Amino acid sequence: MTSNRTNTPMINFKGVNKWYGDYHALNNIDAEVTKGEVVVVCGPSGSGKSTLLRTVNRLEPIQKGTIEFDGQNVHSPSLDLNKFRSHIGFVFQSFNLFPHLSVADNIMLAPVNVLKRKRSDARTRALELLDRVGLAEKIDAYPGQLSGGQQQRVAIARALAMDPPVMMFDEPTSSLDPEMVGEVLQVMKSLARDGMTMMCVSHEMNFAREVADQVWFMDQGRLVESDTPEEFFSHPKSDRARAFLSDLRSH
Amino acid sequence: MGDVFTILSDNWMLLLIGQYPTGPLGGLAITVLLSLLGLLLAFPLSVCIAVARISPFAWLRRSAMALIYVVRGVPLVMFIFWVYFFVPLLIGRTVGGFTTMVVTLVIYQAAYLAEIVRAGLEGLPQGQEEAARAVGLSYMQAMTKVLLPQALYNMVPAMISQFVSTIKETSLGYVISVNELTFAANQINSTLLIKPFQVYFILAAIYFALCFSLTQFARHMEGRIAAKRAGTAKSKAASAHTNAKVLPAA
Repeated sequence: MTSNRTNTPMINFKGVNKWYGDYHALNNIDAEVTKGEVVVVCGPSGSGKSTLLRTVNRLEPIQKGTIEFDGQNVHSPSLDLNKFRSHIGFVFQSFNLFPHLSVADNIMLAPVNVLKRKRSDARTRALELLDRVGLAEKIDAYPGQLSGGQQQRVAIARALAMDPPVMMFDEPTSSLDPEMVGEVLQVMKSLARDGMTMMCVSHEMNFAREVADQVWFMDQGRLVESDTPEEFFSHPKSDRARAFLSDLRSH
Repeated sequence: MGDVFTILSDNWMLLLIGQYPTGPLGGLAITVLLSLLGLLLAFPLSVCIAVARISPFAWLRRSAMALIYVVRGVPLVMFIFWVYFFVPLLIGRTVGGFTTMVVTLVIYQAAYLAEIVRAGLEGLPQGQEEAARAVGLSYMQAMTKVLLPQALYNMVPAMISQFVSTIKETSLGYVISVNELTFAANQINSTLLIKPFQVYFILAAIYFALCFSLTQFARHMEGRIAAKRAGTAKSKAASAHTNAKVLPAA
């Protein structure tokens, strides 16, 4: 899956550090995601994967280091935070759809309120996106009427509605019943194939093998290994990665 | 018991609407009007106080907190006296008992309602605000489009309960001669002189009927909201049930 890659850096972590009190949550992260690349971040729980993802759109502040997004310092004081965030599609583990709004309104909320698009245009676009995730017939349903897998696909459509150049997935399939994982991964794979730059916190090894350009392995706040999926899964270099992978396979 | 009905049939107009139309409106009508006005005017104020109470600005948070603690730490009747004596000083002319009571109730209820609204906002899953901010909504947009609509809806039962308290609190208007239900009952008592038990029994029964039915309504709403929140399972089970019924017929 190297066809879409260019060498333009999209996200650049430089010496990123974060502490929760005394707890060192992110320890000197240096890494780069280039345009069109798919990076899968894995590691044991508490290793800082989700935290790392959340620092990019500043859902989590950092204490040291810099993060550049498309050449722009994420922590620059002149940054228009709301506009900036709308350029990063974020998909959460727990979907976080707005339960009081219909599927259409969930997707249209940001385009109408942030980009000031006309409701009729936003709805046309919402329908296109729903069609893409295979849920066009659910446009007027409410989140409570959908299965977990359907909710997550709507959440992906909601994130795509802002036409973000980058999509972040924070364990998008971890809270799904096993039979619904496939439908969500399918949508993510099709995004990857279309050249979307993506960072995914995920333990889905087959997904990583199929679409990832890099796998990052994190442990205790450090980025321990970054490699191609073939190399990482067949020849992990660190003991911790080997232990993690054998744990993952035994489940 | 016969006395109760006699008193009621002789005075029901006075209890219901006071001396209206020959005199001022009073009785139950004023009680309900006071409660409604108190709650409706307090509501927007309480939302502002609640939003200030959890805002990212420390000075705003502290001011809102101070306001809430002061109001909640003082008996309502004290507040009535304050407003009764200070509002005229403030605006340079006397105000009627009704206005005094509305102003008092608005301030008092706003503080209590603010805590209800805050509980509603803080009771929402963290992910709701994060998701709203992640798509690029501003803090205020997230508040008005995503958080408040959910919080206020969830808090409808608590607000009805607060309305019940307001109805009971309007009886304190009596101390500044507001022409409400308790005042009307007192008028009747002073004319009859020898039947205080019966008169105040009627008074209690009216308050009880009003408050009890509202409390029941709040409970009903609570059930509906809980069912709606549980959402998926119930609506699916319901639709599966209807399908099963429809199929054999078709």
